[in-house]
Amino acid sequence: MTEIGIFKTDADQSLFHSVIQISNLFRNSDFVLRIYGILKHQGLELANRWQNPKSSKKHAMLRIRNLKCFYGRIMAIKGISLSVNAGEITCLIGANGSGKSTLLSAVCGLLPDWTGEIELKGQSIKGLDPPALVRRGISLVPEGRLIFPPLSVMDNLKLGAYTRYKKKAAGAVEEDLESMMSLFPILRERFRQPAGTLSGGEQQMLAIARALMARPRLLLLDEPSMGLAPMIVEKIMEVLEVLRSGGLTIVLVEQNALAALEAADRGYVLETGAVVLQGAADELLADKDVKRAYLGKDYGDFYDAG
Amino acid sequence: MNDKANKIAYAVFALAVILLGWQVDNEYYLQLMIFIGLNTLLALSLNMLMGYAGQISLGHAAFYGIGAYVTAILTTTYQVAPLLALPAAVGTAMLVAWFVGIPTLRLSGYYLGMGTLGFGMIVHIVFREWSSLTGGASGFVGIPPLEIGPVVFASGKNYFFLVWSVVMLCLIMCRRIIDSRVGRALRSIHDGEKAAAAVGVDTKKLKLQVFVLSAGMAALAGFLYAHLVYFISPGTFSFVASIRIVTMVVIGGMASIWGALLGASLLTLLPEWLHAFSEFEMVVYGLILMSVMIFLPRGLTRGVLDVYERYRKSHER
Repeated sequence: MTEIGIFKTDADQSLFHSVIQISNLFRNSDFVLRIYGILKHQGLELANRWQNPKSSKKHAMLRIRNLKCFYGRIMAIKGISLSVNAGEITCLIGANGSGKSTLLSAVCGLLPDWTGEIELKGQSIKGLDPPALVRRGISLVPEGRLIFPPLSVMDNLKLGAYTRYKKKAAGAVEEDLESMMSLFPILRERFRQPAGTLSGGEQQMLAIARALMARPRLLLLDEPSMGLAPMIVEKIMEVLEVLRSGGLTIVLVEQNALAALEAADRGYVLETGAVVLQGAADELLADKDVKRAYLGKDYGDFYDAG
Repeated sequence: MNDKANKIAYAVFALAVILLGWQVDNEYYLQLMIFIGLNTLLALSLNMLMGYAGQISLGHAAFYGIGAYVTAILTTTYQVAPLLALPAAVGTAMLVAWFVGIPTLRLSGYYLGMGTLGFGMIVHIVFREWSSLTGGASGFVGIPPLEIGPVVFASGKNYFFLVWSVVMLCLIMCRRIIDSRVGRALRSIHDGEKAAAAVGVDTKKLKLQVFVLSAGMAALAGFLYAHLVYFISPGTFSFVASIRIVTMVVIGGMASIWGALLGASLLTLLPEWLHAFSEFEMVVYGLILMSVMIFLPRGLTRGVLDVYERYRKSHER
């Protein structure tokens, strides 16, 4: 019961009580408490260290105006405007080819060929390369995870902190390594294994942990649920919510619209390079068009109407 | 644990070198071992670029040649002391690598291979055709021996210790780079440039830096070569020589420090051993290289370790 000190706000208290109720059900309070404690504690502690506490107010972390992206002569994004509030999870959903990944590539500097404005905390990021953007606090968890298979889990994590070594002592990096392994205990077990020997879910966790090692302000995730079992997807979304509750700003690109919208605060629906719908996540979840097109519900209605 | 094993490996290696240099008096064997040392330097330099950073170079002999020709011209034509010619030789190669690297390293895969191949051929042609400076196709004669203070490195034994000390130093330097933050970043480029960029690695800069470093080491080998044989000709630095260096790296084992040593040893010794086959020499040589690649596709170092692991496992049961 010593961990009760962590739960300061009302929301935390009520969450704590519901956890106690659940644990009574399971008659294994220790186990549930420990999991919750670790998640909550680590999430808060991690996020507090990256963020100043003021950022919990709603101001825009990322603002995009009239963004157009090009692959050679092909325009993949045709004038998107959107805004990502600090301390929120914003999700972008849409089918293949709707421009979700392209947008992320532009934000993290991997795709330099774009026009319009992208502002991080009010400052334009035009012309900055990926290393400069990582230093400013943008971290990407790339599509398909893209971990470094022959390198050990440890080396993968340390690479995440690549841009930090110059400024700070290695001590802070070691501390963060420890935090990551508390957040994802499986990584501790696999610490010295080549990352390529991990399962899909474990690799995704490693990819997220690697991105967090840069101590980002803004975390971009490109389809973290790709090819994973529903249970693992749920776990990953839980981790994202814990990180958010600590104040980290998250942009989540997903094809798995249901899982994404359930975790998110706001959502944008993209279609062939343009925003077709936007709003609070729960509104989008209830929206009829979204349900039909992306959630696979009311399948019958869809056909009846047609 | 791994660190300790490494230190033991270095100690054993150093001891072996000292013992060999002390016990072997036969000039032929000394010469052979000196060449193994030079080839190890070359393979090591290319391994940093190819094995770790994953950037292929089919023109590495050009830097080897630049090192040799710069010192030859400076010490013979302009009478500069060899020790002063060393930084000039290494520096020139690094400068050339820097200028060549900026456009070439934007390529990748086969295209980078073609780009470096072209560069190697151009340099080779310059060596051959700029007769007034390089002596042309008939070669450059009369390079003075290396002198450091009162010591003249002329005898086989002297040179043996000089070359192998340099090899040892370079081995340690490379090991330290690979185990550092920069080394991790290099390996990340090998596995995926996009992912490396996503974690904040400046891939362009790092590739250029390792290319320049690699060129510098190859030029160092060229410098030592010129003062060993006193005579250099363009043929030594041709396309075939570049391919030989690539072969050493692949046969020895990519991304392995000791692989460079093994590959260089095998490729230096094989032709000597195969003289017995006279006209079939090259056929047997090719067959051996083919079988190494078929049975130990990851090179000698990893291959031998894999075989050992399998042996140990089968005996544990």
